[in-house]
Amino acid sequence: MDPITDPSAWPEPAAPEYVLHLYITGATPNSTRAVHNIKAICEEFLQGRYELLIVDIYQQPELAQREDLIGVPTLIKRSPGLVRRLVGDLSDRDRVLKALGITPSADGPTRYE
Amino acid sequence: MTELSPAAHVLPQLPKAPTGIDGLDEITEGGLPLGRPTLICGSAGCGKTLMGVEFLVRGILEFNEPGVLMAFEETGDELAANVASLGFDLKDLQERKLLRLDHVHVDRSEIEETGEYDLDGLFIRLGYAIDSIGAKRVVLDTIEALFSGFPNQGVLRSEIRRLFRWLKDKGVTTVITAERGDGTLTRQGLEEYVSDCVILLDNRVIDQITTRRLRIVKYRGSTHGTNEYPYLITEDGISVLPVTSLQLDHGVSDDIDSSGIMALDEMFGRRGFYHGSSVLITGTAGTAKTTLAAAFAEKTCLEGHRCLMFVFEESPQQLIRNMRSVGIDLGRFVAQGLLRIEASRPTLNGLERHLVTIHKLVKEFDPYAVVIDPITNLISVGNLSEVRSMLTRLIDFLKVSNITALFTALVNTGMGRSEMTEEGVSSLVDTWISVRDLEGIGERNRGLSILKSRGMAHSNQVREFIVTSRGIELLDVVLGPTGIVTGASRLTQQLAEHAEALAAQQEADRRDRELERRRRMLEANIANLRTEFESVEEELRQISSNEQSRQQTLASGHQRITAANPPKAGAPGSAPTTESGQ
Repeated sequence: MDPITDPSAWPEPAAPEYVLHLYITGATPNSTRAVHNIKAICEEFLQGRYELLIVDIYQQPELAQREDLIGVPTLIKRSPGLVRRLVGDLSDRDRVLKALGITPSADGPTRYE
Repeated sequence: MTELSPAAHVLPQLPKAPTGIDGLDEITEGGLPLGRPTLICGSAGCGKTLMGVEFLVRGILEFNEPGVLMAFEETGDELAANVASLGFDLKDLQERKLLRLDHVHVDRSEIEETGEYDLDGLFIRLGYAIDSIGAKRVVLDTIEALFSGFPNQGVLRSEIRRLFRWLKDKGVTTVITAERGDGTLTRQGLEEYVSDCVILLDNRVIDQITTRRLRIVKYRGSTHGTNEYPYLITEDGISVLPVTSLQLDHGVSDDIDSSGIMALDEMFGRRGFYHGSSVLITGTAGTAKTTLAAAFAEKTCLEGHRCLMFVFEESPQQLIRNMRSVGIDLGRFVAQGLLRIEASRPTLNGLERHLVTIHKLVKEFDPYAVVIDPITNLISVGNLSEVRSMLTRLIDFLKVSNITALFTALVNTGMGRSEMTEEGVSSLVDTWISVRDLEGIGERNRGLSILKSRGMAHSNQVREFIVTSRGIELLDVVLGPTGIVTGASRLTQQLAEHAEALAAQQEADRRDRELERRRRMLEANIANLRTEFESVEEELRQISSNEQSRQQTLASGHQRITAANPPKAGAPGSAPTTESGQ
């Protein structure tokens, strides 16, 4: 119930670079934390370049099968690159960033190709 | 597992969900625990998935309980294709909203753990699937796949525990399949979580023949069969052999079935076998066991009953041809549908498969009598104890079904196998007929005797029998100087007896003739005497008549003299003298 934040908050004209779907189960602690964490990461690293969709699968249970969800919360990175699934409350920031292909240091995106 | 006494049965029984799987419900005494999870574990190739699918499909088709199949290993299409061969149309059931298939794809490489999580996704999927079709049955095949996808064992275990709890609360009957582990029932120790019912499937290869076995490791709150039960995956799904009927309380019949050979019937006190009993014919090679069996089959069919024959040595055509040569026409009964001959090589299948085939056909054909020729061939596909247990089950099954069973068994007198029948089966059968070679000087003859016949008086004689073009004939008993004789000795004996009889006849004839002669002699004597008597009589008569006539003459002479010479004087004496001188 908490922050169903549907942030096309950044009215960029171009299609967002990062398409992220976060599936949560209502207001469970894990879900709340996951929402909080992903929002922080997006704000910090992907400002203006992302689209985050948060889905409560309690509300839309049919999505669980379609998206083949097992663990919750699950963050699915649809683009860029390969689809990745991140299971957990996203509190392990290093792994999240790595999985999303974001270089953690703000100064240079040259550390990883 | 102590059986409750009937009086204690007032307590409500644990509710059960029948599986519809052939035989399993009998072992579990009604099915799986209703609304609780059941674990089916076994090594690869045991048919765990199949059992799960069959549980669902039969639940839908037979008990009207929709089901959800959550597959972790195979996709819906693969599963549908796999079970299509068993006649299960998963696609159709899905369309009719009776079944829901959910393939859960677990791939470690795609999953990144980034913190705490739970398996609510699974719960929601399952819950949604159950609610959408009102499912009563759920199969999770195989949930262990999760362990390969999620490295966090702690979370996984607590979540699985929660899942089972949740399923129980939902009141669905669940089957969870799991791979057999090393030394444990399941690789991941799932048996810790599923404590209501655990079924273990096993796949064993002995002497190159695979036997699948099923055992109920535990069943909380219910009695159940505790043995290992063989089961098969057949064209109609899984078939468990409940087999050895647990009690010996089958009904008995007082009817009598003829053996098909009149003289043999006469050896039994009631002229045949009891219907529903089991008959064993043992004998060495070439002692016409099959012919005896065929005669029985023919008789059964002649009386208008159905008979089912299992032959392990000959093809049906060969059997029919061979039996025709001894005047037993089985072909027409096959054509009439009264007789069914099932021929297969014993090595074609494992023992259990044979047993299942027999069970199936018996159920399908509903015969009055069953002939198995010979049971000993089955030993080539199993060891002694297995064959024995199989036969025990078979005999039990047929007895319970009230079907007369006739088995033949080959006895190798030289080899150590003869105990097979003597110790193994003979105690199970009701009637035991032994046929054997009676080897005499330079020839073999066939002898038949009844070793036992429960509940009936029977002849103790060894009867010689011959196989003629008109069937089997039992010969009359011939007693020689040293007992019953057979074959050429019997013929010799008969010849000797014949000669003796002839001699006796001749002797009698001779005596008759002697008597006749004596009679004639005496009669001749009598005639002589009579003749003599007659001549004497004649002579006497002659004398007397002479005398008479002399008297007359004398008298008349007197008269004349008296008339001629009136008596004045005269010498009366001179006149007769003159008279006589004239």
